[in-house]
Amino acid sequence: MGLATEKIVPKVEKRKNSASLSTLSRVFKYSGLRLISLLVTVVIGIYLTIMIANMGGYVDQMMKAEIQERVTMQIQMNPAYKTMDPAVKEKLTADKIQNEIERLRLDEPLLIRSVGFLKNALTLNLGRAQNMSADSGSRNVRQIIIERLPYTLLLMGTSQLLSFFSTLFIALALSRKYGSFWDKLVITLSPTSSVPGWFYGIFLILIFAAILKILPFGGVIDAPVPKDFLGRALSVLKHLILPAGALFISSFFISIYNWRTFFLIYSSEDYVDTAKAKGLTSREIERKYILRPTLPTIITSFALLLISLWSGATILETVFNWPGLGRTIYKAINLYDTPVIVGTTIIYAYLLAITVFTLDFIYALVDPRVKIGGGTSK
Amino acid sequence: MKNFAKTLREIARYPSAIIGLLIILALIVASIVVIVKIPYNEAITRWRGGEEIWGKNPRNVPPTWINWFRKDKLVETLHLFEEDEDVLVEEIVTDGGTPVKTVSFEFNYEYDTFPQDLVLYFTSTYESKQPFVSVKMITPNEDVIKIGNFAIGRTHTFPINQDTKLRRSLGGVVPVIGLFIEKGDETQTPIKGVYKLQVEMITFEEGSSAQAEFVMTGQVFGWAGTDHMRRDLTLPLLWGTPIALAFGLVASLGTTILTMFIAAIGTWHGGLVDGIIQRVTEINMVLPFLPILIMIGTFYSRSIWVILGATIALSIFGGGIKAFRATFMQIKESTYIEAAKAYGAKDSRLIFRYLIPRIVPWLLPSLVSSVPAYVFLEASLALLGIGDPVLPTWGKTINEAYANAALYRGWYYWIIEPAALLMITGLAFAMLGFALDRIFNPRLRGM
Repeated sequence: MGLATEKIVPKVEKRKNSASLSTLSRVFKYSGLRLISLLVTVVIGIYLTIMIANMGGYVDQMMKAEIQERVTMQIQMNPAYKTMDPAVKEKLTADKIQNEIERLRLDEPLLIRSVGFLKNALTLNLGRAQNMSADSGSRNVRQIIIERLPYTLLLMGTSQLLSFFSTLFIALALSRKYGSFWDKLVITLSPTSSVPGWFYGIFLILIFAAILKILPFGGVIDAPVPKDFLGRALSVLKHLILPAGALFISSFFISIYNWRTFFLIYSSEDYVDTAKAKGLTSREIERKYILRPTLPTIITSFALLLISLWSGATILETVFNWPGLGRTIYKAINLYDTPVIVGTTIIYAYLLAITVFTLDFIYALVDPRVKIGGGTSK
Repeated sequence: MKNFAKTLREIARYPSAIIGLLIILALIVASIVVIVKIPYNEAITRWRGGEEIWGKNPRNVPPTWINWFRKDKLVETLHLFEEDEDVLVEEIVTDGGTPVKTVSFEFNYEYDTFPQDLVLYFTSTYESKQPFVSVKMITPNEDVIKIGNFAIGRTHTFPINQDTKLRRSLGGVVPVIGLFIEKGDETQTPIKGVYKLQVEMITFEEGSSAQAEFVMTGQVFGWAGTDHMRRDLTLPLLWGTPIALAFGLVASLGTTILTMFIAAIGTWHGGLVDGIIQRVTEINMVLPFLPILIMIGTFYSRSIWVILGATIALSIFGGGIKAFRATFMQIKESTYIEAAKAYGAKDSRLIFRYLIPRIVPWLLPSLVSSVPAYVFLEASLALLGIGDPVLPTWGKTINEAYANAALYRGWYYWIIEPAALLMITGLAFAMLGFALDRIFNPRLRGM
């Protein structure tokens, strides 16, 4: 928030005597500006998504053509209308098409409807899907998303959380003895992370499903679903290993490398040397002098990781036939199902905005150098 | 120039960088050779041409070189014309005055498996009386197996394997097996040696002639094998190289350089311009990258160049802009910029002559490192079925293999070959970029 901070800082410094009051007003002012700016961002982003998902009106044309074809076919195939006078039949067809177009509000220009779409999206009134339906048969977009969410959270959650914490701790251990064999191995292997998860997925399927035949090719549960809970859990776990493993491998080495380098930069600071000279144990140095100043970064990347769980991994889910959100978005696009596309996007946008907003406050809490609305005063 | 030599010496200290660089150079050379040797239009015809181009290849077979690693050799594909060296053509005129042409297709059969198919193709010219053909096979044991007698039209295809009469005479065994084993052999072990397929063609008219062509489709084919439509996979593998490189390099160059310019302009002017750039970046963060690309691919155009443009447009205002901005901010405060300002240098001069040259060493690693992401992006989109509809690419090959359940049916080569090429390309750029990052980034030096 460049604009907000620069203007406010000098005022605060002038009135140092009423510090607490000014802090409060500064926090409010800052939060208000920040919220407005984030909201504007979300609104524009969502509006753009709506326009792209409607192709600036081209989807309407396609839907109209589709309605025309469907209604005409329906009337022609219906034996009850067979003996009807052609002129009457034509009139009936035209009426039905008009009805259908009006039902879907396709007669109004997109520009007007898009405002309605935007309002609905922002109020999380996600509406009904045009072509897709949930497994329960519901056309409700919210229902479709809620049905898919657990699968995505299970897959992404397992792999990303596992990856985040394991790489963080391994990196911390490696930064302590840098230059060792393991350290060098990680550096050598870190380019492997340029390969995306789905790619490792294909290789894992090849090895463990096709050749060794010990794990399934894809899907989420065995075909006759096991009756007891334990059996179901084990079956899901068995299906989870390969996709989660693929995601894990693809980010493993690079994130160890990044964290390790990050910790190394911080452990070469003078105050760490001082602490060493004082004779503090390495555990204490780590906790007080390395982890403490790096905490904001760790929290940021954790927060961004949490919201990245939401969108799922479209391609990986497609490769593994995993019925998560990512694959649903892909399906929705193929079916021109705008409400579903917009629905998932708006939730992601909100999550992102909320995370970005709260991160500012979390920074101020964990890092005494950071003042809300005052920028960093090093 | 001195700097350049110094950089090269630095790079030489990293073996991974050298390997990466060599692979990249090899790929670039390969791309140029491919584009020169197989021009675009020819590649398209060879990939989309139709049955007459690939109809005589075997279906879904691995490449020939897998025989090097196998004890039981798989049958290689054989395609013999009358003009070929191993084909004996004898023309005689019988006592009755009818010309008889005997074509013997000789081939050495040293395999432990059976061919996929055996087909004879005939072409002939005549007025009203069709030429007559009789075919027999002479095995290495000098057994003579009669295959068939029939009249041929102007073009005629005789699929030996589908001949029911022959099958019955072989004791109910399919001809591709029955012709190569001892009659009644339950273990079905092929007899190795020289086989002779003899085709006798009798013409009944003045000026009438007939030609034969023999195809034995094997269990292996070419350098890369074939797909479900019998197409030779060498072509997409070869042509995938320039496409992958072009997509990766253009996207990475375009994105990085445009991002840099925008960040430089924003930092320099500050205030409103910077604010707008920052807001656009934030809006772009909200937009779902992959879904938008998929939408563009599905709704507008699947052409690889449209997708490339969209990729660049969406990536310009990405996370990179913040990183560039931070670096530019530092440089902006440097004293030499102040000095330049003091003597009245123009904004454009400051940006292009003072800001940007400082950033180039910093730019290069990120440019090289971002190539794999774009190479894989193209493959990812192709895997989702929105690859370019015309061009044969690595991603599309994987997509087709996947659509035909190649992993499930054991056609591993179909996926491994393009996947290995993608991986080699990605890793080469990643290794080089990684080393460059360590060379140019002083904070990482020695870490």
